[in-house]
Amino acid sequence: MKVKLIELAHGRSGDKGDTANVGIIAYKPEYYAFLKRVLTPEKVKQHFTGICKGKVERFEMPNICAFNFLLHQSLGGGGTRSLRHDAQGKTLSTAFLRMELELPDELAEKWGFK
Amino acid sequence: MKNKIRIAAGQGFWGDRADAPVEQVRKGPVDYLIMDYLAEVTMSIMQKQKMRDPNQGYARDLIPLMKEILPDIVEKDIKVITNAGGVNPLACREAIFEVARNLGLADVKIGIVSGDDIRDQVDTLLKSGNYLNHMESGESIQSIADRLYSANVYLGAQPVVEALRQGAQIIITGRVTDTGLTLAPMIYEFGWQESDYHKLAAGIIAGHIIECGAQVSGGNFLAGWREVPDMAHIGFPIIEAYPDAEFVVTKHENTGGLIDLRTVKEQIVYELGDPTTYITPDVIADFTSIQLEQEAENRVRVRGIQGRPPTDSYKVSVSYADGWTSLSKLTFAWPDALEKAQKADDILRQRIKDLHLEFEEIHTEFLGVNACHGPLAHPVDEPNEVILQIGIRGVHQADFLRFGREMVPLILSGPPTATGFSAGRSRPKEVVAFWPALIPKSLIAPRCDVKGLEK
Repeated sequence: MKVKLIELAHGRSGDKGDTANVGIIAYKPEYYAFLKRVLTPEKVKQHFTGICKGKVERFEMPNICAFNFLLHQSLGGGGTRSLRHDAQGKTLSTAFLRMELELPDELAEKWGFK
Repeated sequence: MKNKIRIAAGQGFWGDRADAPVEQVRKGPVDYLIMDYLAEVTMSIMQKQKMRDPNQGYARDLIPLMKEILPDIVEKDIKVITNAGGVNPLACREAIFEVARNLGLADVKIGIVSGDDIRDQVDTLLKSGNYLNHMESGESIQSIADRLYSANVYLGAQPVVEALRQGAQIIITGRVTDTGLTLAPMIYEFGWQESDYHKLAAGIIAGHIIECGAQVSGGNFLAGWREVPDMAHIGFPIIEAYPDAEFVVTKHENTGGLIDLRTVKEQIVYELGDPTTYITPDVIADFTSIQLEQEAENRVRVRGIQGRPPTDSYKVSVSYADGWTSLSKLTFAWPDALEKAQKADDILRQRIKDLHLEFEEIHTEFLGVNACHGPLAHPVDEPNEVILQIGIRGVHQADFLRFGREMVPLILSGPPTATGFSAGRSRPKEVVAFWPALIPKSLIAPRCDVKGLEK
């Protein structure tokens, strides 16, 4: 079945120049293991088509069941150059969490999504 | 040696809630009040203020605040550490001495930390070697040398520790890292050494957790914002630090807000790069070593942190003038609000062409439709209103002034139901851009100077 990432994780985003960082935090350790398989940098880059013009880097933080993603060239030049309403990328966390994922049936059942 | 200290955060940025530091010193026990006032852009604003008036160039909000809390901090022996000094810590100290004199609190000793401001040394550095190249592109700083506003090294905790050793009760710094402000009292009180990398890293991570104020105690909390009690009186965070480098993130009782594993995790990932390598002048901290435990309501214990030796360089932030931007807004009402706003955007772009205005970038967003999530936003059926925002960036100031006269006339000459123009013409805003660089630590001399009022 399809689930939205926001059902499995929360997060926070911010900026460093023209790079946005999005921390994605799994609600449960078992979700983290699943997300580690599916939240590949390629998948994230594709999700942010039209926003992220550079590369996507993923860092794992198993100690807090989280990932830190760096989205390069995503903030219209960043800081005071940016013409974006959200120049600091504060809302890219929920843009990320809109992502739809294909959750295998056995996990969907086990986790009570069905 | 103390077996525990409580370090309270009073400001997450210049402009944060004004009564937060007052409540931090009055609503319960604290040993240190730390306040972060400096964002990258703040240094350039302060530099411009100092150019106009040599007695300015620091966070002026600190002065009325000190008027209010100086009696409390003297009575309770609370130490205050803040980077409010900006590009003029000396003038900031004089202004606080003035407050102390008026309050009859003449015994207070104030330290300043400087040596971070290298704006006047940029030419010499350029002549003496290949310094201050752009950290990412490697380009020489020569290309922007004629339009610099400020150049500041990010100093670490050590000069603040030195000021504490010399007996300062209030320490006003220039560009010291946000995290260093929190680490410094731990080094001073617990006698940590420069090679205690794991402990130093714990102090840095404690600083990272509280440097954005209420953002760890229930503010901007995505996972459960509805659960946060009494956000109107949100309690700012406090670090309860121990000599073995464990610490607890907490807040005063009888304040609003919430501290739990989720609020702490959201702050841990905020503005993070490679979590294994969080570089500061004092130590490199490993965020993947952090272990969290909720030990009681609004108390999260942090342990297990690992660190490694720092690098040989300081980071430098150079700010420089880089053209102009302006943002203009106009609101359109139902029906067909989005279509009308799009039409107005087309008209404006046509006018820019006809008038031969030159801009490097024109960027349109429709607030209420796609401003935050851009192409990821879901379509909205029949919005009640849409705000057209058109942003322009360029170098010719005259073109901005001419463009400023184009938006408002659309009320009478464009699509119907335009409103929300009370702000009038948009004015161009100067772009201050940043040039990140590294500099060998051996070329920089952090200084501290502690003194009391001359009687």
